[in-house]
Amino acid sequence: MSDGLTAPEPAQPDDGHARAAESPAPAGTQVGTARVKRGMAEMLKGGVIMDVVTADQARIAEDAGAVAVMALERVPADIRAQGGVARMSDPEMIEQIIGAVSIPVMAKARIGHFVEAQVLQELGVDYIDESEVLTPADPHHHIDKWRFTVPFVCGATNLGEALRRIGEGAAMIRSKGEAGTGEVSNAVVHMRTIRAEIARLSVLDPAELFAAAKELRAPYELVAEVARLGKLPLVLFTAGGIATPADAALMMQLGADGVFVGSGIFKSGDPARRARAIVEATTMYNHADVLVKVSRGLGEAMVGISAGELEPAARFADRGW
Amino acid sequence: MVTPAVPVRVGVLALQGDVREHVRALAAAGAHPLEVRHAAELSAVDGLVLPGGESTAIGRLLRVFDLLEPLRLAVAAGLPVFGSCAGMILLAREVLDAPPGQPLLAGLDVVVRRNAFGRQVDSFEADIDLIGVAGGPVRAVFIRAPWVEKVGDEVEVLGQVGDRIVAVRQGSLLATAFHPELTGDIRIHQLFVDVVARNRGRRGQYR
Repeated sequence: MSDGLTAPEPAQPDDGHARAAESPAPAGTQVGTARVKRGMAEMLKGGVIMDVVTADQARIAEDAGAVAVMALERVPADIRAQGGVARMSDPEMIEQIIGAVSIPVMAKARIGHFVEAQVLQELGVDYIDESEVLTPADPHHHIDKWRFTVPFVCGATNLGEALRRIGEGAAMIRSKGEAGTGEVSNAVVHMRTIRAEIARLSVLDPAELFAAAKELRAPYELVAEVARLGKLPLVLFTAGGIATPADAALMMQLGADGVFVGSGIFKSGDPARRARAIVEATTMYNHADVLVKVSRGLGEAMVGISAGELEPAARFADRGW
Repeated sequence: MVTPAVPVRVGVLALQGDVREHVRALAAAGAHPLEVRHAAELSAVDGLVLPGGESTAIGRLLRVFDLLEPLRLAVAAGLPVFGSCAGMILLAREVLDAPPGQPLLAGLDVVVRRNAFGRQVDSFEADIDLIGVAGGPVRAVFIRAPWVEKVGDEVEVLGQVGDRIVAVRQGSLLATAFHPELTGDIRIHQLFVDVVARNRGRRGQYR
């Protein structure tokens, strides 16, 4: 029942990680526990989280049935096209989006940039994405996410990477895919890889899990937990290249708990309609009749670029380790 | 506790949210759980759980997939329903701080305030005592949780956090602002399964 909720509790923050704002939670209660952080992601399951760059887009996403929005200054397709250093968004813009919608608002911090994360937590963002889509701030270390009250989602291309992030305190994992391409193949590869590696662990002899942990370069305790559960101890979404309702349903049928759509919606011809269609396809991913209905007449999908043609330096998925 | 010879069939509305956790808790409480996505599936259940999730998203999907009216009718006809968090909102007569046009089932005579305890950084756990749940306090997990701001005469308050109402019952309708499905403590699901079992004698009314 309470699988994966036995993770260590965060140490009480005593520095910039502490949150200044007063909590309305009554006395004698506990905030920022692993159960509260992972539980938040459980509530997003079966849903679509949409990248938005303005308050108007956020409202369109909420009206379409998004379970959360990701507030950012440029969608990944534009980060790719324009180049330069991609950083955390302007707090003013994030506040406008928080003010515009009632659903959860997520925002991205650079890999290893714990001060961007402090700023986002102070803003009241509901989830932080420590994201490879932004330019990494630290080539060696990810953020120590246990020190924060706000939960984090991190990307992963394989099981070892997912478990390293969980070891650092991530409360939700998304397969990385290749953001900003509109091409789903990398998302498929990463989801299949994670699933296959979990399946392999579940048939190993307990004595073999020590060597498996070494091969995966992941904490032994988490490897043993995944072997026992037959799944990650928390929610696994998918991201990176999902552009159509069928893409979303594909990823759900491959075992994703839910879907992040970045550039795919607001880089398309009719964003509101495509947003609704992707939400409905994610709910009824096993019902081909619904997929037919929602896939009809959506207008232009985002143009996209073939992920296979990207130069190695242009691959976001290789950022982080 | 009622222990029916044939397990009661309890549906979990499976449009979005933590469906799996409710399914597991119901099975552990001795019920036969079923996922409900279509109106036709409603006629096969003795009771229904509205899971945690995003109430705006679930509300919209209820409309899109033609479940809103059948559910309203079933609730009005006496189908036992348990809602946690978003489920409590959907079950309410009125909701504050929600976008206009939020679809509601209007079974419970309560006014609920959405995200009343604050944003995710304010989400918390607390031990609370519940009327009708023996064996000590339950560990309640509140996630961007609502509270009940007003209750009608028919509504029994089962539990509070501070002076805020977070668990209510009205006949065979039960709602919590927190998530009993996340803790592995099945006492609240057990309470609901007992309500469903007692109600089954009157089956047919809401089919």
